[in-house]
Amino acid sequence: MKPAIDVVVSGWGSYIPLYRVTVEEIARIWGKSSRHFKDELLIDEKAVAGLDEDVATISVEASKNALARAGIEPKRLGAVFVGTESKPYAVKPTGSIVAEAIGATPRVLSADMEFACKAGTECLQCCLGLVGSGMIDYGLAIGADTAQGAPGDPLEFSAGCGGTAILVGQKSKEKAPVALLEGSASYVTDTPDFWRRQKRDYPSHAEAFTGEPAYFTHITSSTKILLEELSLKPSDFKYAVFHQPNGKFPIKAAKSLGFSKEQVEPGLLVPWIGNLYAGSSVTGFSAILDIATPGDRVLVASFGSGAGSDTFSFVVQDGVVAKRDKAPTVSDYLKRKQNIDYAMYAKFRRKILV
Amino acid sequence: MSVPRYWREIPERTRFEGAKCKKCGHVIYPPRGRCDKCGSFEFTPYKLPDRGKLLSFTVVRSPPKGFERLSPYILGIVELEDGTRMTSQITDVNHKDVSIGMSLEAVFRKITEDGDAGIIQYALKFRPAFR
Amino acid sequence: MRKIAVISYGLTKVEKHWKKSLRELFGEAAKSAMEDARVPGIDALIVGNMCASDLSDQNNIGGLLADYIGISPCPAYRVEAACASGGAAILAGYSAVASGMSDIVMVGGVEKLSDGVANNTTLSLGKAADADYELFFGSSFVSLNALMMNHYMQTYHTPREVFADFAVLMHKNGARNPYAQLPFEISRETVMNSDRIADPITLYDCAPVGDGAAALILCPLEDAPKYSDSYVEISGIAGATDTIDIASRPDILSLNSTVVAADKAYKMAKLTPRDVDIAEIHDTFTITGVLSIEDLGFCEKGKFAKLLDEHAFEPGGAVTINPSGGLKSRGHPVGATGAYQVAEIAMQLLGNAGKMQVPDSEIGLTQNIGGSGSSSFVSILRRAK
Repeated sequence: MKPAIDVVVSGWGSYIPLYRVTVEEIARIWGKSSRHFKDELLIDEKAVAGLDEDVATISVEASKNALARAGIEPKRLGAVFVGTESKPYAVKPTGSIVAEAIGATPRVLSADMEFACKAGTECLQCCLGLVGSGMIDYGLAIGADTAQGAPGDPLEFSAGCGGTAILVGQKSKEKAPVALLEGSASYVTDTPDFWRRQKRDYPSHAEAFTGEPAYFTHITSSTKILLEELSLKPSDFKYAVFHQPNGKFPIKAAKSLGFSKEQVEPGLLVPWIGNLYAGSSVTGFSAILDIATPGDRVLVASFGSGAGSDTFSFVVQDGVVAKRDKAPTVSDYLKRKQNIDYAMYAKFRRKILV
Repeated sequence: MSVPRYWREIPERTRFEGAKCKKCGHVIYPPRGRCDKCGSFEFTPYKLPDRGKLLSFTVVRSPPKGFERLSPYILGIVELEDGTRMTSQITDVNHKDVSIGMSLEAVFRKITEDGDAGIIQYALKFRPAFR
Repeated sequence: MRKIAVISYGLTKVEKHWKKSLRELFGEAAKSAMEDARVPGIDALIVGNMCASDLSDQNNIGGLLADYIGISPCPAYRVEAACASGGAAILAGYSAVASGMSDIVMVGGVEKLSDGVANNTTLSLGKAADADYELFFGSSFVSLNALMMNHYMQTYHTPREVFADFAVLMHKNGARNPYAQLPFEISRETVMNSDRIADPITLYDCAPVGDGAAALILCPLEDAPKYSDSYVEISGIAGATDTIDIASRPDILSLNSTVVAADKAYKMAKLTPRDVDIAEIHDTFTITGVLSIEDLGFCEKGKFAKLLDEHAFEPGGAVTINPSGGLKSRGHPVGATGAYQVAEIAMQLLGNAGKMQVPDSEIGLTQNIGGSGSSSFVSILRRAK
């Protein structure tokens, strides 16, 4: 898919909370071995949202970082979309809370999107369409989550908190473009691999079914469609960011498609912050923009359970260099950390009923 | 807190949109009907700076209703870069690491929730300046 | 303007009066005051209360109490100025009589904090602060005072122990007060080791939560001999305000409302701080007591520790502070406290203070604060007969 008008990334920004809990600490409580998570799934610790944080607060900081880099007045935003599966309200848009807090209201489109871990890139696809059709000048797509894993469940070891905002605009109006969109693809089927029913606190999943029929099928299909449409091959890319529920899946997907570990590793953040769900692939993309050189081609491939995958090809532009220092990088947030024990983690994540 | 009361204050709380005296330039925060320096009734919009330093703080261990879940938390008086002072919470820091005079920056966070059926209240509060 | 006398007073013990309701408690104090004076009737009732609306579901306190104590159809109303409601009611009563609008006015206060559960009471008391700019962030009465205490300790290098020693002195006095809620002595360690509420304030820095009522009858000074054989004159009285939120004060360690009210009261009475023998001051927390003593002119700013050490605030010193035990030991029945203070000074000046008597007291001062210093009411009393 290509928009009618060329679209570029004008700004980008992430936010990761301060707190971390290690897989050893979680394993200690449940009597599990941390080895499986550390050595096989490549997760050491995950980011934990504080008591005063939620998807709205994460989105606001990520958005302010994106605006600082884009260098535009917030009122020029024509859309603010938030993709998440941990909405603060079941009904009331996080998007309007964020749009108001960043000063984008009132002439703005806003909504929350849900497609499990691909909700962030879903928002990006919509913004690309709105900008690419000429309907709006700038759009802000946010993927953020404070998803929970049930106590003792494997997902508890990997469900992390954080998010990223990608600000896109029309190429012709952008003086310092960060990255040019070459095209995108999407691949969606009704595949119930992971879900959460209305009144449940924690999600359920179909265990091994989440692998081949879900993650791998969708992410590889979507990527193949994109490469075919754009007549590109893996070696044309400097970086490839795949959705990272753990460290094992993206490396395996990359390999099966013909991408190398070296292309994937710079965007692999899950070992230090866990799976950011709707924030996962967009935060990987953010980390790449923090280090990429103009001319680099970047693949971004998300995966959302239920199931679907969005893929994008971007070529980094000259504007990235000067804009980088205008906001904290993903690395800055990774370094800012404070480890907590399971008791504090349970208090922060409200697993203790008060 | 009632919905209309919270909603009215969103621009001030979440974007630090305040007011300045048209006559003498004094920043009036919290807002007042009259300039407390020169007595003028005319104001212009003014955005408060989002950085400052800590003037005093306390660790609240016996919270009022609605804040029980958050105990212990840090309440402080912050002096912004332009000299304006405000009472606020200090977050993302252990109370052992807080010191009078430390540099702070404003961040958008949750303040409290009105039970599990009412609205969530957000505002800017402060954390140690990072970067 | 007519000169005013306090011709009688009535007060209840301060404690958690589980068995007495708001109206019964005030009724007890009012009965005492009415029996002590030979007045033909009461022309008006002005009463202070802060929390009844939240904790007892009761507004229209003036109407309720005028009815209950049997003085209808005289006009009655409640005055609210947070913890200075009592002091404010007295100023309003003074003005009514001094202006000639009324001749015999009953003023006082009543509070039933025990009608509320713990964090409802904390919330209700917290409403003295700025709801939108302090309470919104989870401030409480304690935490706002803790901000002042922390700042004071840093600015004047005053150790924590000094505040503990002040609480010890208050309890030493209160142990002799039959109306006190906590009539026992304590040690410095009691304070230092007690539960932390909002650092650095611990439980024993704080006035206890309790109920109480006090009533006073005011009349023109020249009419006083008709109604009583012993009475005191209110020779100076004033109120003042400061910013409601602490953060807005140019100097957060100065209670400007107390400075201004005291200044006006001293001028009205043609006296200076040095002339005052005894003072009932507003020590909701030890820090509030320290700042009050300094701002009333009994001590230079920042020098409290030195003067406490020199026993300046005990009998024989420059001014005896809180012979009743103050808010710390006598207690703080919020809306009534201002009236307790005047009754206690009257007791002292008339030689009726029993075990708490400070000998040779001619001039007494009361100081009642609302919120974290947003209002202060100061009165100066002298023995008339």
